[in-house]
Amino acid sequence: MINKLTFANLAHRPVRTVLSIVAIAVEVTMILTLVGVSNGTLHESARRARGTGADILFRPPGTSALSSLGSSPMSDKFPGILSHEPHVVMATGTMVQPLEVFDTITGLDFDQFARMSGGFHFLQGELPVQDTDMIVDAPYAREKNLHIGSTLTLISQRWRICGIYEGGKLARIAVKLSALQRFTGNPNRLSQVYIKLDDPSRASEVVDALRIKYPGYQIYTLEYYTSLLSVSSLGLLRNFTYVVIGIAMIVGFIVVFMAMYTAVLERTREIGILKAVGGSPGLILNMLLRETLLLALLGIALGILLTYVTQWMMSHFAPGGLTQETVYSWWPITGMLAILGALAGATIPGMKAVRQEAVEALAYE
Amino acid sequence: MNETPIIKVCQLTKTYRVGDVDVHALRGVDFEVARGEFIAIVGASGSGKSTLFNVLGGLTAPSSGSVHIEDKNLLHMTDTERTNLRRNTVGFIFQKYNLLPTLSAEDNIRIVKYIGGHGTGLDGPFREVLRMLDVTDRLQHKPRALSGGQQQRIAIARAIVNGPAILLADEPTGNLDSQNSAAVLRLLKDLNERLGQTILMITHDEEAASYARRRMHMCDGQLV
Repeated sequence: MINKLTFANLAHRPVRTVLSIVAIAVEVTMILTLVGVSNGTLHESARRARGTGADILFRPPGTSALSSLGSSPMSDKFPGILSHEPHVVMATGTMVQPLEVFDTITGLDFDQFARMSGGFHFLQGELPVQDTDMIVDAPYAREKNLHIGSTLTLISQRWRICGIYEGGKLARIAVKLSALQRFTGNPNRLSQVYIKLDDPSRASEVVDALRIKYPGYQIYTLEYYTSLLSVSSLGLLRNFTYVVIGIAMIVGFIVVFMAMYTAVLERTREIGILKAVGGSPGLILNMLLRETLLLALLGIALGILLTYVTQWMMSHFAPGGLTQETVYSWWPITGMLAILGALAGATIPGMKAVRQEAVEALAYE
Repeated sequence: MNETPIIKVCQLTKTYRVGDVDVHALRGVDFEVARGEFIAIVGASGSGKSTLFNVLGGLTAPSSGSVHIEDKNLLHMTDTERTNLRRNTVGFIFQKYNLLPTLSAEDNIRIVKYIGGHGTGLDGPFREVLRMLDVTDRLQHKPRALSGGQQQRIAIARAIVNGPAILLADEPTGNLDSQNSAAVLRLLKDLNERLGQTILMITHDEEAASYARRRMHMCDGQLV
């Protein structure tokens, strides 16, 4: 009977009900989208790193595994030197030039990279021939509406798109290493070196040996490097995530509080009637909390659906930038956060309703 | 008629605080009601009769004196005990019907049965009462789809669904036309005569009070 009353109350005020559900849904979507983008973007970076086919990443001193590469401090002699180390089959260097926001442009030796990774899988076009030729991955081409023959100005240089390749390998934008070195004024310099071994299971052993021989250099197995590309490993991102989650919860709390406060005020007389016919404070609170729980559950369901909408929008309108993935493990966490926020928001107005004198409530117009 | 009074009121007072002023709504009320009686308390607006209704129904606490309902004194009752009194011992009929607008007429009755701990089903004898009230064909309608008379008859059904010892009616015909008023008052009289229902009705209308077996008059917070 209480469930029937709960449904009837929600159906009786459809606008308030829908607005409350949407507000909770926005809270859920905010959290799930943020977590999805954080995880998706990092996992995409990890996927591209694994796509190089390398077993070890070699970076200059003063960098860290997760720092952005904003300079080219290593000599391009390193690949040749490192390729003579025990168990090293080959080594190839890249230069990474940061662009705006999250984009970078990567210069590489395409022949060496092809030997290491199997090469790019071109959907259209081919490898660069001229110094101003550029290849981009399909998501980036889709976002920027690039085709073979299109031109693009980056780092004050006009580039011609000569190839579009399947994503998931190394970088979104790639040019000839020598060209990027020249255009950025970093001749013979590299940002990092990818190393391939004869036996990938020896990666840790080789890393240990290289660290002794090249003290100060940042040397990691690719497995370790990609494992670091997670939200929990990045303190700043983790804190940012928690802050946004906190804000989303506060917004959800305020919205539900206002919705339930209004509902309690609107229904003062009805609550008085329930009290007059013997309804206990527990029954009235129970009814209000069931309403809130139902709103929260519907809001969570809608919020999850909206997360797929944001995912679709991101993949269609900004495929070359951030990547959003569905993080199922966060569904129950977000759901619980939304329910707790909603219940907390309903408790104060609920207690007000419970404490109200029946005779006062019945006199309410 | 049972000799033990079902309601016994001694020196009942009720004082409200309105701003900085104390309003003495009841000033030492004494009376008794025997089980099975149909009493009308008649008085002008502001005479204190609605306050008496609220105190007898446990909707508000008395200030002093004693009010025994089935030998339980309301003066010392906790909120929970007053809730139990409203749930099990007293049924209310209000001037403004006070039906829940979100529920159908039948569900308005069922929820009171549920609150009383008697399930939600309406048994055969109660279906007979509904026929007597002439509301069986309106049970699935929401209150807004019912006339004032129909709403008041549903409110009567709701008030007696748990078989309360006392039925309290506060101006039950106050919002009805003369035809519906007469119908509702006849129903109350029927309930009293056929089912032995104890009824205490508050009214300002002498015509309505004439349906009761006994009348008491109230003026300035006292019975006269």
